[in-house]
Amino acid sequence: MRVNVTINGESRQADDVWEGESLLYVLRERLGLPGSKNACEQGECGSCTVYLDDVPVCSCLVAAGQVEGREVRTVEGLAEGDKLDRVQQSFVDAGAVQCGFCTPGLVVAAHDLLNRVENPADEEIREALAGNLCRCTGYEKILDAVRLAATRGETA
Amino acid sequence: MDFLRPSSLTEALAVKAERPDAVPIAGGTDVMVELNFDHRRPGALLDLNRVTELAEWTETDGKIRLGASVPYVRVIAELGEVLPALAMASRTVGSPQIRNRGTVGGNLGAASPAGDTHPVLLVLGAEVEAASVRGTRLIPAEEFYLGVKRNALEPDELITAVHLPAEVGPQQFAKVGTRNAMVIAVCSFALALHLDTREIRAAVGSAAPTPRRATAAEEYLGTELPWSTKASLTDSVKRRFGELVAEAASPIDDVRGSADYRKHALSVLARRTLTWAWNDFQKGERECA
Repeated sequence: MRVNVTINGESRQADDVWEGESLLYVLRERLGLPGSKNACEQGECGSCTVYLDDVPVCSCLVAAGQVEGREVRTVEGLAEGDKLDRVQQSFVDAGAVQCGFCTPGLVVAAHDLLNRVENPADEEIREALAGNLCRCTGYEKILDAVRLAATRGETA
Repeated sequence: MDFLRPSSLTEALAVKAERPDAVPIAGGTDVMVELNFDHRRPGALLDLNRVTELAEWTETDGKIRLGASVPYVRVIAELGEVLPALAMASRTVGSPQIRNRGTVGGNLGAASPAGDTHPVLLVLGAEVEAASVRGTRLIPAEEFYLGVKRNALEPDELITAVHLPAEVGPQQFAKVGTRNAMVIAVCSFALALHLDTREIRAAVGSAAPTPRRATAAEEYLGTELPWSTKASLTDSVKRRFGELVAEAASPIDDVRGSADYRKHALSVLARRTLTWAWNDFQKGERECA
């Protein structure tokens, strides 16, 4: 089947999509957007987190056909050209990136949190990131990154 | 595989009648896992995202009609005052990403013994609204769960809503898991004090082939609770209640916990939640999730 979807503000079309295919597969393998990572395919790790109509979801758990006519925003859609979003920049500055595999999902989850809560408490940060696994940082730098981003004003 | 996209409930029911092999998908948090891992190859997916009728809840005469595809995040944000135990259970589901998509209707459709909302639906006396081109019927939650991942739906039926009484009284839900997030219940427990009938209801989850009520424990408490004096509960009453709850379960040993551990944990959850619910009753305050 064909899927029409707006991704990062741009109208995109994917052809020959299998009916049981995930949004994640379409993003990575058909539309050349490898930012969202494929790890667990069961919603455990959060590495594939994207916005679907402004709501963070695991793209591995959304059927491609369900996004027909809707809006998706991936980690690729957060930066403006070469200028990183404040959350992305804070991850770099805080040293919150090690192997980098979990980073795109964490960035989207943190981006959403800071959209909703200007100055989140540590508990709120932990809760918001509870669906994202990282196997190398130990999370402390990630918490630092979110705190740093919170001090840097509004998210795009 | 076909991807079917009805745009209204009427259309969805017509499609389901024609294609009973079509698997309904709303949030997708269960169905997509099965597809991703090649555990399931249905003839068709029936996408319910456009059926807006299923994504609403209404309150009429003290009863909530919760549309089958209202996501957990909305149950938590919008129904915590009137359905506190359901909000508590919803809060323990997965992660924010999962709660943004997953639904009570999906929990019912999957009918996993570990589904987080099931014990709550049992203690509130919920009814599952099932619709088909033949009509609509209400199935009491107790008659809905037939076995591991089996429910009382006919092949042409869709779950359209759940009917729940609002604000029956103090109620609690508690769950044991190995992490604070993204965890399937090792066991879970729900309790509701129905103030109008002075009836207590208790149910266990993830500790038998289906979620089930602990009727002997309910009957015991029914005779022991000092409703009129609101006196504090004795330790022996709490302990006996916990024992009877544990006896209601028939858990298995598996990688997440032994049967013995599950029984022990259930007796602890039962004592704790009873204490919390009774404290709420004593204070006479409106409990909140």
